[in-house]
Amino acid sequence: MLLISCPYCGERPELEFVHGGQAHIARPGDPSACSDQQWADYLYRRDNIKGVHAERWRHTHGCGRFFNALRDTTSDHFLATYKVGEPPPAQAQAQAQLRKATT
Amino acid sequence: MRDLSAARQGPYVAASPLVRPLPPMTRLLLRGGSDTLAAALAALGLPFTEAACRAVSESGRSALWLGPDERLLLAPQRQLIELTQLLREALGGRAHSLVDVTHRQCALEVRGPQAEVLLNCGCPLDLDPGAFPVGMCTRTVLAKAEVVLWRTAEHSFHLEVWRSFAAYLSKILALAARELTP
Repeated sequence: MLLISCPYCGERPELEFVHGGQAHIARPGDPSACSDQQWADYLYRRDNIKGVHAERWRHTHGCGRFFNALRDTTSDHFLATYKVGEPPPAQAQAQAQLRKATT
Repeated sequence: MRDLSAARQGPYVAASPLVRPLPPMTRLLLRGGSDTLAAALAALGLPFTEAACRAVSESGRSALWLGPDERLLLAPQRQLIELTQLLREALGGRAHSLVDVTHRQCALEVRGPQAEVLLNCGCPLDLDPGAFPVGMCTRTVLAKAEVVLWRTAEHSFHLEVWRSFAAYLSKILALAARELTP
């Protein structure tokens, strides 16, 4: 079974987690100032990356917390998990770039 | 007048030497920041720890870590009013959420040298005492049902099960136990 490392609880089976979509999407500060296109982009448009993707995950059947993860969508390999509000770990990014360069 | 006697009966628990229902108790779900939780636990005479997945117990009362801002408080059945009064005094003016979940859940005890094996029939967590020591507690899934699992002794687990899952889970555990017991 795939193990996912929750930043609060440690390694847990994937059964306990729920995928929460793409991470690091900021809600526009003043929605009424947005054009329809900008608002639609914020609501609906998501990256569809083949490779390392920053995602939100929730440890639903555990501590209940949302956190962010870097996951390779081609191999389902989790490069890193980190708490909400933290930047993506540099080491994992480097690892990701390395993987990109070698493939 | 409708006959409500069936609704008054406790959730069915299948007989098994490894699994037994625990007596009713008081359950409160408390959420709040660290200082709020610390004040609440101090009022209940419990030590406060931020360590993840750890339960603290003192004279019949327990606080189980469910999340960084969430604790499940367990106490003997008769202490509900006393507990809510203590918490009201300790938490007055502090932002918090306190929910009485006494009747939402019921408790099972899984006990015996093969308790880990039995739980691993439906729970993929590593329950080796090295990875899941005595005093560790967590919300997890057991045969797809959400439970709170708490290791109270080396061969004893306290299981908090939602009432509507209790019959299903106790039957599953009883079935699995047939493979283990002679």
